[in-house]
Amino acid sequence: MADVAVQHSVAGAYEPSLFGTYSKKIGMWLFLLSDSLTFGALLFAYSYGRISTPNWPTPFGKASIVNATIMTVCLLSSSLTMVLGVLASKKGDHKATVRWLLATMFFGALFVVLHAKEWNGLIHEGLRPFSNPWAKNVPQFGGTFFTLTGMHMLHVTIGVCYLGVVALRKKWLPILLGIWLLGWLLTPATNVFHLGIHVLLLVAVVSAVILVLKPKVYDAHDVEIAGLYWHFVDLVWMFIFPLVYLMSTKVV
Amino acid sequence: MTQAHGPADAAPATVHGHAPTGFIRKYVFSLDHKVIGIQYYFLALTAVCIGMILSLAMRIHMVWPDASIPFFGAIKPEQYLTLMTMHGTIMVFFVLTTAPQSGFGNYFLPIQIGAPDMAFPTLNMLSFWTTFLSFAVMISAFFVAGGAPLSGWTNYPTLSAIPMAGPGEGLGEDLWLISIALFCVASMMGALNFITTTLDLRAKGMTLMRMPLTCWSWFITAILGLLAFGVLLAGGILLLMDRNLGTSFFVPGGLVVSGVPVQHSGGSPLLWQHLFWFFGHPEVYIAILPGMGVASQLLSTFSRKPIFGYRAMVYAMMAIGILGFMVWGHHMFMSGMSPYSAFAFSFMTMAIGVPSAIKTFNWLGTMWKGKIRFTVPMLFAIGFVSLFVSGGLSGPFLAQPAIDIPLHDTYFVVAHFHLIMGVAAIFGIFAATYYWFPKMYGRMMNDALGKIHFVMTFVGAYCIFMPMHYLGMAGNPRRYSQFTEVKYLAPLIPIHKFITYAAIITVSAQLLFLFNFFWSMKKGKKAAQNPWEATTLEWTTATPPPHDNFGGVTPVVYHGAYEYSVPGAEKDYIMQTDPTPVPAH
Repeated sequence: MADVAVQHSVAGAYEPSLFGTYSKKIGMWLFLLSDSLTFGALLFAYSYGRISTPNWPTPFGKASIVNATIMTVCLLSSSLTMVLGVLASKKGDHKATVRWLLATMFFGALFVVLHAKEWNGLIHEGLRPFSNPWAKNVPQFGGTFFTLTGMHMLHVTIGVCYLGVVALRKKWLPILLGIWLLGWLLTPATNVFHLGIHVLLLVAVVSAVILVLKPKVYDAHDVEIAGLYWHFVDLVWMFIFPLVYLMSTKVV
Repeated sequence: MTQAHGPADAAPATVHGHAPTGFIRKYVFSLDHKVIGIQYYFLALTAVCIGMILSLAMRIHMVWPDASIPFFGAIKPEQYLTLMTMHGTIMVFFVLTTAPQSGFGNYFLPIQIGAPDMAFPTLNMLSFWTTFLSFAVMISAFFVAGGAPLSGWTNYPTLSAIPMAGPGEGLGEDLWLISIALFCVASMMGALNFITTTLDLRAKGMTLMRMPLTCWSWFITAILGLLAFGVLLAGGILLLMDRNLGTSFFVPGGLVVSGVPVQHSGGSPLLWQHLFWFFGHPEVYIAILPGMGVASQLLSTFSRKPIFGYRAMVYAMMAIGILGFMVWGHHMFMSGMSPYSAFAFSFMTMAIGVPSAIKTFNWLGTMWKGKIRFTVPMLFAIGFVSLFVSGGLSGPFLAQPAIDIPLHDTYFVVAHFHLIMGVAAIFGIFAATYYWFPKMYGRMMNDALGKIHFVMTFVGAYCIFMPMHYLGMAGNPRRYSQFTEVKYLAPLIPIHKFITYAAIITVSAQLLFLFNFFWSMKKGKKAAQNPWEATTLEWTTATPPPHDNFGGVTPVVYHGAYEYSVPGAEKDYIMQTDPTPVPAH
């Protein structure tokens, strides 16, 4: 098989791969498998707490649900633009690829911003990891909410930066550092994201190491693999949205 | 087929085609799977020495509670728990998980399937250094205020969730959790690499069903690791949040510690047990499966017979892996779970006996009427089978809730898991070390020393752990720091003393191994390319193997790994790369 030869750069020297695909894609699938177990355990922890607690609060009113729905639409749209990006990269259309990836990053970033705004509102109302204003004896509500959505938000943030590296390569670094600096200066010191924004600095350091140690042009395969990650992160939200939000809608 | 295939740089051969020459790139931050394998092995060797010293201190304290032990002084009860916790943690994570899978797997999986390296060499390096960091963080827990944690390697809340619950439960416990989280990430990266390598980089002719059983065991172990460590990671994150952000996933309400009410409520310690054992049970197979692979390989090689039931061996390992994820509840019979779920977990656990017995009988069948060569690695492989059976037979006892409930908190359990998961897996590591040492260092290990080491360790292990079954049945509780003052245990003290003497002798015997290892590295007899007359690919290449394993060529494979004593063949073994057709036999 000629294509296997391309993969391994030694003609006919290897058995065809079990799934007929290249190593990095298998690697990403395996990572996602492992990550889905991590999210699965967090969702299990949430469900365990929720089932064993009879008076679980249902605080999400109309505004919250509308906001969460817009966030969901953002992620769904980003999945669409991601697919279009992968298609464009397969056709070899570099410009269109970068455009679609930037669109995906825009929707992803919008999701994070909306999510952060919502966190702020909830924190302002008195929601904490260990208490909430709606049901005094259910501290698990805040704990599970912040763990699940926080872990997911972290994944989306890393995803946006991942796409940034693939789409813009070294040009992404100054942009990322700019976002970090702006975010840090613009959030008041009492805000949780004043500290949280430093995740971006960590991601920037990791990105810089990757870009400097392994400088390369990212090809259609890299876009496809980034797409796998992105769709997975979207999929996780499709569990969190109904389980955490819709099931805790305020019943009037 | 029209699937897209990767760019040329997907192949490790082109990622680092030339051997690095600088010391740092060659030996420290190496991308070479062989160097990384040895790094893992030495990490495990360091860890096992620390773990053994801790266990000796425990044994001595148990029977002479007032004795002052060098480095430890007179051990206080809470210190005893610290020793127990760190002994368990270090042994399970940094020895039993690290040496057979990450160590030998790294070194020999690519060579045995004919690959120039792992699929992702950089990731491989990263996973070693993350493991190293994890180990450093774990050891640092000894030296912080309050010392290392005392909540056991299972780290059950509420003890582990409340910083004021014990002397080591402050910073020491946080370090423990951070270390384990790092270890999870490192293991996940390693597992991903192993699986991809096995799927993608097998040399021409090396079909899955021609792979040596060692490769199968590393492959299945990697799948278990990939699925299990993600769950422990989540559990670790939640526990860290309970400790530092005030959440209460694991802490129920109404607790009072030292007269101070705990400001948590509504959590469930059982949630941790579920998350932990969903990882923890597959983890014991992560420890033992590579040993099974090595035993299969060695029993066939040194009996000069094909492995008995190759396919059955593969399917049995798969069955053990799958069932391993369905039995975590058998660690929680004491938790007051519904008898119906206890029944289900009990049934699944008993079912593991079936593939385990298939493997055992296949090992016996492999040796049956073989021309057995009693070399040191073979002795350890036979020892592995013996210990696996001895430790395994107490499994069906403990798998039944009615028997487990009285035995659970006694030395019976200690005997069970040490025999099967501890010593059997260590025998797998010893067998692998003696077997592959000539390929790794180009010299043979000393035979006489090896045989003395085997006899002392084998007899010693039985002397230590067999009497513990009696202790357990007599009602001797585990995790207690001393028994000399307890009246009903007084008749058992002589047995405890016997175990401690046996432990001192057995641990001393390991000095023989260490001496043999380092002495043979420099002074051992030069090894031939294929000293054991084995068939697998690592014996077709130079010793030690060149940077790309096969010196620029990729081997072509024609047979399975177990063509021994083929009728009509001129030698009693046929290399996997030998193109002569093998007559049906």
